[in-house]
Amino acid sequence: MSLTKAERTVILSMWDKISTQAEAIGTQALERLFASYPQTKTYFPHFDLHPGSAHLRVHGAKVVAALGEAVKSIDNIGGALAKLSELHAYILRVDPVNFKLLSHCLLVTVASHFPADFTADAHTAWDKFLSIVSCVLTEKYR
Amino acid sequence: MVHLSAEEKAAVSSLQGKVKVDVVGGETLGRLLVVYPWTQRFFDSFGDLSSPDAIMSNGKVKAHGKKVVNSLINGLKNLDNLKGAFAKLSELHCDKLHVDPENFKLLGNVMVCVLARHFGKEFTPQVQAVFQKVLAGVANALAHKYH
Repeated sequence: MSLTKAERTVILSMWDKISTQAEAIGTQALERLFASYPQTKTYFPHFDLHPGSAHLRVHGAKVVAALGEAVKSIDNIGGALAKLSELHAYILRVDPVNFKLLSHCLLVTVASHFPADFTADAHTAWDKFLSIVSCVLTEKYR
Repeated sequence: MVHLSAEEKAAVSSLQGKVKVDVVGGETLGRLLVVYPWTQRFFDSFGDLSSPDAIMSNGKVKAHGKKVVNSLINGLKNLDNLKGAFAKLSELHCDKLHVDPENFKLLGNVMVCVLARHFGKEFTPQVQAVFQKVLAGVANALAHKYH
């Protein structure tokens, strides 16, 4: 699976808007993840997970920044996220099923913040992009 | 059976009445067919599905989407007995339509994205969580009679 030219254009153009609200979007995506899928909290026993906590805001910003790196190198996401891929494989070892859950919550957050931009085409592009990112992050698991 | 606390019911009740079933329905089914094109396999008789624009403006997609979302919203009224409420539909989807139950989860998640798009801030993480719970229950009920 790879992104078409049109899909890359959609992602790049929406990214400008998303990056100006990086912390808010990242935080909200995590809040949605923990609310809908409480089992995902097991990866964060060391965090204060109350909505709006400093931990959530810092981590949410980190997640969106990493997506930004992937967007900047959209032709070589594997290269851009190589270190993160190793981190997830050898240290974090987050079960692969959870990437789908966070991807879904990111889509929901983007949809709620940018309703006009989140057309059916944009929805497809973002879903594909996040699938590719998820694949890269689990690529070295075994 | 899906159990919602009083808080969860309250979180959802204000949104429930505002859902425009024809709009949300058409958009939900349309987006399923656009974002996950393999799902088009169930809709050979629906005419032109050749592009996202064709799909989103297709009259049959809109009509069927409305039917489906109406049914999902009915789930909210039958939380005590989802398996009973969806038994006939479950048999239909298995025996006549031959739909892989995985598709029920896909459709549920697309519907959540559509609701987020329409309701913005009002579709809070807490409201989303309740919808995810109900939609998962409906998906299970729809798969229950498969054999």
